[in-house]
Amino acid sequence: MELIRVKNVKTVFGDKVVHDGLTLHVKEGEIYGLLGPSGCGKTTLLREMVMLQEFHSGSVEILGQKIENISEKEAQELRRKWGVLFQFGALFSSLTLAENIALALREYATLSEKMIQEIVAFKLDLVGLKPSDAFLYPSQISGGMRKKAGIARALAMDPKLLFLDEPTSGLDPISAREFDELILQLRSMLGLTMVIVTHDLHSIYNTLDRMAIIDNKKIAYEGSLEEVTSVKNDFIQTFFRDAIPIPTKETTFKQ
Amino acid sequence: MPENLLRTTSNKESISLEFSGELTLYNLHQAQESIAKTELSNFKKITVDLKNASYLDTAFALFLTDLEEEYNATIESENQNFYHTLALTKEHKKKLDKNYKIKKENIFAYFGKAFYASYLSFISFMEFLGKVFFSFLLYFKNVKNIRLKEIAFEINESALRALGIVALTSFLIGLVTAYQAAYQLQRYGGNIFIVDMMGISIFRELAPLITAIVIAGRSGSAYTAQIGAMKITQEIDAMRTMGFDPYTFLVLPRIIALVIMLPILIFVADIMAMLGGIIVADLSLDLPPALFIERLQEVVAMKHFYVGLIKGPFFAFLIASIGIYRGLIVKDDTQSIGYNTTKSVVESLFAVIVCDAVFSIAFTNLGI
Repeated sequence: MELIRVKNVKTVFGDKVVHDGLTLHVKEGEIYGLLGPSGCGKTTLLREMVMLQEFHSGSVEILGQKIENISEKEAQELRRKWGVLFQFGALFSSLTLAENIALALREYATLSEKMIQEIVAFKLDLVGLKPSDAFLYPSQISGGMRKKAGIARALAMDPKLLFLDEPTSGLDPISAREFDELILQLRSMLGLTMVIVTHDLHSIYNTLDRMAIIDNKKIAYEGSLEEVTSVKNDFIQTFFRDAIPIPTKETTFKQ
Repeated sequence: MPENLLRTTSNKESISLEFSGELTLYNLHQAQESIAKTELSNFKKITVDLKNASYLDTAFALFLTDLEEEYNATIESENQNFYHTLALTKEHKKKLDKNYKIKKENIFAYFGKAFYASYLSFISFMEFLGKVFFSFLLYFKNVKNIRLKEIAFEINESALRALGIVALTSFLIGLVTAYQAAYQLQRYGGNIFIVDMMGISIFRELAPLITAIVIAGRSGSAYTAQIGAMKITQEIDAMRTMGFDPYTFLVLPRIIALVIMLPILIFVADIMAMLGGIIVADLSLDLPPALFIERLQEVVAMKHFYVGLIKGPFFAFLIASIGIYRGLIVKDDTQSIGYNTTKSVVESLFAVIVCDAVFSIAFTNLGI
């Protein structure tokens, strides 16, 4: 089943065309990558998918809902079915980690305080944070922890779909590989479908099932890793040229 | 080394420029000067000799390729690195000539653009007000929607904590106006009229304006900075994707809190300014406080007091909405916060004063 269908999406900023007819499909259970050179509009496409930004024409269907003509009520329902991890976590700085995670639970569900605390502790453990971290504020923790807490918050409502914007950028190589591992674990534990915007070659090889490469306003390639190097495109050739043979998790950990 | 940077040997039609030593941007100027003296255009054949040069940087190479183009000079060198540098500069010069032309803009285009930009920002402010109005309607449709906790938090944060500074400022303003008036009144023996003067000026104009100015500087700017910082860290995007409308969570609680609290702050300012007046009247005009208060009740009608309070919610709405709007349009860089915070204070003070003028005209025509 396809959870996301993007059809002929066109995006225009002022007189600059960013996307000129993008079409892609994300299947259930996949870890799907959005790749491309800087400024090609990967993050813009992600923002369009989560209704933070409007597109000019075309259609985006997420979990069976067309978002270009969605009512406010349906949009609210849809928002509870996904989680988003922003590049720098975007945790609410006035709240502790526990309060950040509990926020959606308190707003959207009627749960006892004890239950909420239990859920928060579980989500923290799931992403590899300690229970004692729960009472820290976002400014008191490292970038890697912030991203983990961001995932924990995104998972608060048990979404089917997770959007991740550059999850490993700004992390040291070891934390980045741990994060890849976390992404794979979460997929196998919770059966998530994920859409990831990334530049990180190691992450691409470690985690992605399929990907779309955006170059020159169009999709230059959509498909699996195995066939990508046979595509004749300058960006793809340069980007993947140095990366053969494929680095695996074992070799990167040994370094 | 600089002395023998360049040696020229020439006969009738040809000239040879022999460079030696390190050719870098530090001695480029010197080379240019000495070449200017030789008047190259008189010669038909020009050779640039780099045999004795030990190093060539890209700036100097650019200069040499200029010579090559302009005077058809030939560059002679055995050094492979020099050829490489020269080839590199030549290649990039071609692109430079095409792409790096600064666009000139005439004054009409400049003003046109500036006007259009301010038109757009006016439209976007109107859009913001429209959204605020719309979310107000949604807000009050369902009692459950009203965020009492957030409103209470904002009341404490932006009004109660400002109580001290509002009280102190208005006390001093009362003191100063009374003191200035006292001397003049004493000369004409009209000591008692200090009460009339203070009553009308403080209640009607000074207390509301002073309160609005302090709150605009303190709380309005804080709104811009807080919301702007949340915008930069993508917290507002995060709220949207989680289905929390920023208008219900951030915008309306702040506006409501200030609209409720500004009249109360104005009331405090009224009392404190009057206190300043009473002290001055007692000390330098020999007017006992009991007499001051008695006279105040006699001559100053209640309407003056109400006129001052009525202005409160309007000023509050302007200050809060401009502060929040400026916060929401903060762009993704840190300079933007500072710029918009300054703008928000200036614009809200301006708006408050314009609003006050409109009130003055309206009340005068209504005979209030």
